[in-house]
Amino acid sequence: MPVNETIGAVAVVGGGIAGVQSALDLADMGFKVYLVEKSPAIGGVMAMLDKTFPTNDCSMCILSPKLVDCSRHPNIEILTLAQVTNIQGEPGNFKVDVHKKARYVDTDSCTACGDCTEVCPIEIPDVFEQGLVERKAIYKYYPQAIPNAYVIDKEGGPGYKGCIDCGLCTKACKVGCIDHSQEDVDMVLNVGAVILAMGSDPFDPKIKKEFGYNKFPNVVTSLEFERILSASGPYEGEILRPGDKKHPDKIAWVQCVGSRDKNIDQEFCSSMCCMYTTKEAVIAKEHEGDIDATIFYIDVRTFGKDFDRYVERAKEEHGIKYERSRISEIYQKKCGDLVIRYEDIEGELHEDTFDMVVLSIGLCMNKNRSAALKELGLDVNEYGFPLSNFSEPVALVKPGIFMAGSIVEPQAIPESVMQASAAAGQAAALLRDSKGTLVEPVPEYPERDVSEEEPRIGVFVCNCGINIGNYVDVKEVVEYVSTLEDVEYATDNLYTCSEDTQKGLVDIIKKNRLNRVIVAACTPRTHEPLFKKSLAQAGLNPHLFEMANIREHCSWVHTDKNRATEKAKELMSMTVAKSRLLEPIPKTTIDIEQSALVIGGGTAGMTTALSLADQGYETVLIEREDKLGGKLNEIRYNFEDTDLQRMLSDMQERITEHDSIELRLNTVIEEISGHVGNYEVKLADGDELVTGAIIVATGSSEHVPTSYEYGKDSRILTQLELEEMLSDLIPGDIQEGETFVMLQCVESREDDRNYCSRICCMGALKNALKIKELNPRAEVYVLYRDMMTYGFFEKYYKEAREKGVLFIQYDLEEKPDVKLGEQISVTVREPMLQEEIELNADHLVLSTGMDPVEGTFDVAKQLKVPLNQDGFFLEAHVKLRPVDFSTAGVFLAGSCHSPKFVNECIYQAQAAAARASTLLAEPELEAEPNIAVVDEDMCSGCKTCISVCPYTAIDSVTETIEGNEVTHAEVNEGLCQGCGTCVAACPSGAIDQKGFKDNQIIAMINALGACSRGVKE
Amino acid sequence: MSEEYEPSVVAFLCNWCSYAGADLAGTSRLKYPDNIRSIRVMCSGRVDPVFVLDAFKEGIDGVLVAGCHPGDCHYQSGNYKTNRKMLLLRRLLADFNIDPDRLRFEYISASEGQKFADVVTDFVSTLKKLGPNPVREECP
Ligand code: FES
Repeated sequence: MPVNETIGAVAVVGGGIAGVQSALDLADMGFKVYLVEKSPAIGGVMAMLDKTFPTNDCSMCILSPKLVDCSRHPNIEILTLAQVTNIQGEPGNFKVDVHKKARYVDTDSCTACGDCTEVCPIEIPDVFEQGLVERKAIYKYYPQAIPNAYVIDKEGGPGYKGCIDCGLCTKACKVGCIDHSQEDVDMVLNVGAVILAMGSDPFDPKIKKEFGYNKFPNVVTSLEFERILSASGPYEGEILRPGDKKHPDKIAWVQCVGSRDKNIDQEFCSSMCCMYTTKEAVIAKEHEGDIDATIFYIDVRTFGKDFDRYVERAKEEHGIKYERSRISEIYQKKCGDLVIRYEDIEGELHEDTFDMVVLSIGLCMNKNRSAALKELGLDVNEYGFPLSNFSEPVALVKPGIFMAGSIVEPQAIPESVMQASAAAGQAAALLRDSKGTLVEPVPEYPERDVSEEEPRIGVFVCNCGINIGNYVDVKEVVEYVSTLEDVEYATDNLYTCSEDTQKGLVDIIKKNRLNRVIVAACTPRTHEPLFKKSLAQAGLNPHLFEMANIREHCSWVHTDKNRATEKAKELMSMTVAKSRLLEPIPKTTIDIEQSALVIGGGTAGMTTALSLADQGYETVLIEREDKLGGKLNEIRYNFEDTDLQRMLSDMQERITEHDSIELRLNTVIEEISGHVGNYEVKLADGDELVTGAIIVATGSSEHVPTSYEYGKDSRILTQLELEEMLSDLIPGDIQEGETFVMLQCVESREDDRNYCSRICCMGALKNALKIKELNPRAEVYVLYRDMMTYGFFEKYYKEAREKGVLFIQYDLEEKPDVKLGEQISVTVREPMLQEEIELNADHLVLSTGMDPVEGTFDVAKQLKVPLNQDGFFLEAHVKLRPVDFSTAGVFLAGSCHSPKFVNECIYQAQAAAARASTLLAEPELEAEPNIAVVDEDMCSGCKTCISVCPYTAIDSVTETIEGNEVTHAEVNEGLCQGCGTCVAACPSGAIDQKGFKDNQIIAMINALGACSRGVKE
Repeated sequence: MSEEYEPSVVAFLCNWCSYAGADLAGTSRLKYPDNIRSIRVMCSGRVDPVFVLDAFKEGIDGVLVAGCHPGDCHYQSGNYKTNRKMLLLRRLLADFNIDPDRLRFEYISASEGQKFADVVTDFVSTLKKLGPNPVREECP
């Protein structure tokens, strides 16, 4: 192999949401992925969460489809119980050493029936449930675990032993997938790039003795509380306190446990605790309305998109109390109740009693993990997190190694997901020449034409070991189905999903010339693709297949064997009825124009264009101004001392020189039409272009205030104006005693602009520190509502306080008052003094936040994509699809999504490029099979379907037929996602959904009706 | 003593949340009445009122329609639309001499196995009280 050839595979270390996202993106781009996870299943912390903020989505519901995708993706190999021990080599060619612990259970043959757990005599604390309940030594990590297989804990943990090798499970297992003699294995992965996504660790509050964790049973961590809330958690979603399993009436949350705490070297803010705490309180209230919920906090950091409104609703609609305070101690009463002793903002001491206390723990990087990072040759910061470069936020100091997720910095899910896609994109650019070299092409089988044949149905009823067989008389079910019309073949299997049964199935289909197949077994949500594959191998269209769920929906939930058997029979009759009417669905594809258009030439737009071009895609970058850079042109300096103007000119140069980028300045869009893979874009100058994907990066601009006398006096500036002024000054230009008063949240976080702009607190700190650098004796006051110095920014807050910047907190109800005079008089209520004070300022600086740029609305209309109520673009899903629009083929990046910093724009832009490239990787895209079809003759042209379609996938077309104008609906196959809502809405019965046709569903209903009346169809 | 009436119930469950919730009830081995048979649809939005009417016409005693919680629908808003439709349909049912309580709409998420079991249990006991679907008499 020549030295410069790269390996088309990537090792993704860590199977949490970040690792999963990186793996899926890379696999879709045509790379082989090894997903290395140290626990028995992928999913990470997100799998433990009950709901996610600010939408209160059920965490498992949105995560588990991604996990299933991972397990099914032919390009992804999941290695569980595995840890990376060494990484050697260079970009494009690494050797990654992996130590994989024995599972003692074969994941491929394990059917997750759980017979082994039943007989296991050992009970040990359940790690996934945070030790709140016990589990057996042979166990499944969590109900929806992927891989969906059991595992044996031989090691145990502190204070308890694991498996005792009694062998009962081996005897109980009907498949024989348990092997107690399995040994650990060491392996070497040869990959072109590595993505580190192993996260950070939840802070262990034991060392904060004053909170009594581990001493008082009713003091729990926020992660334990997530499990308590979860319907599949230890108390099945009932809110109980662990000490005596009583319903707590009064719960307190304590913020910043293990965060913003210099005594334990955890000075940073963990960024997500304020929000998850609010969420936990809201959900607790939703469970039980009369719970009294109080949150003890220092600042409420609502710096993310739509966070402010969420907290406001928590306060107003749910009556959650927020107490700005410092806690000195928690102690326990005899009854198990807890007393919190705290000092409020005015310095007064209080005591209050609660039934339960939740500690909002932050994240940390444990010593071993950061030592391991150092061993890999990576530098770490003062808190043990790996260092990166400002302009390349997901690249590590060692080229070819990238990172994503909470290993980068404590943060919430969307940031992790964006970084994950960004890292995938960067790795893909590095390995662009070896894309597709290590992945297996999907085999194609010739398909038999069954259109002229009468239905010949084959039925396979599974015993699932004893899981179905013990509760349903499978033989009787088989006998019954054999009597149904059109059933040519019926049999039962011990395990229908096993490999040899599948091979047998192919033969049986061929031999009996079956043209419909039914498997009665477990849920179609896991095994359906497997069976469909066997159909394809047997030369049948895979959509001539149906499943009847007689396990999860029958044998596992009913106790009376006769009645369960009756139910199974009726389910069979229904499935046979649908099956008769099944039709082959030919595979359709959408052609993809493998190029992209980026709208907006600021940091995000430039980065997106470069990232796409580096991955080999022709990219057009349009900018309405006459130069590139957008807002970046106005930023003079940052905390990190990055030479931003140099960074900008480097990017400009790369863009103008890049062969794959066409730059068009002074350009705006006139009109956009088409669909994913084929957007037709008309520019205002008359030019037209066709592109496969569109990335919106239109940016934001500083809000121009109308209050506080702005514009009437040159001494009143915005932060950006101050920055410009300061950047030209030299020491001595600012006088001793010269007074700057900074006013935060101006026209923000209230009424019309009820959002935090994320960047202004840091902007103020940055400029305050600059002033102090120019003259330490200048005076700087920052009047703030909540300091939003999230993540590692917290240290600059501390630095500013140390350098003498004074911070005064004010509330929305008591805004500071400004009067112009010789000096500017600012009156504000000082909470500690509990009285109004007057500051005489030479400069009044207003932090006004960001607005979406002018014209955002027009772009949204052209693209038919939504905006949120503040006018920023609304992504497809706040947590898991942060750079996608729900319209396929359109993506977003940068501050048009919500205000953010330059480096955040960069990784979001790289993410958008990566997401686009998963689409552009192949010249054609397989269309969704279960889409809607219109019967033009029956369509009355009423347009009801158009109004209910969530994807604007239906158009109304008018044709002239024999001189008459006829209007009918037309489904755009590129846009339809197959929900079937239009079908249910059509008053003329003119639309149907493939695979879920009206007649098929009605046939099922009628079959059931007949059964329930005791007549046989 | 006469045997208790065993009603027949059909459930339309959306693939992404409610069907998955029913699956979880299974994996968790929760027990609920065996009167229910489910039909999987991709989204609750697919449930045509005609299906519900057909089920009643066929003599089925109860119809359960379940979808994702508000905001969770895999296709954005199918669940809202169907909820609204079912509300309207309930009002119409009375005209057909069918008790509106025979039709039930529920939000059930993928992690609410217990809720699924509880809903079925409760629904079946309601239907037992209501007795056979009056349309049943007229069926062949
Ligand atoms: S996908 Fe569950 S209701 Fe739409």
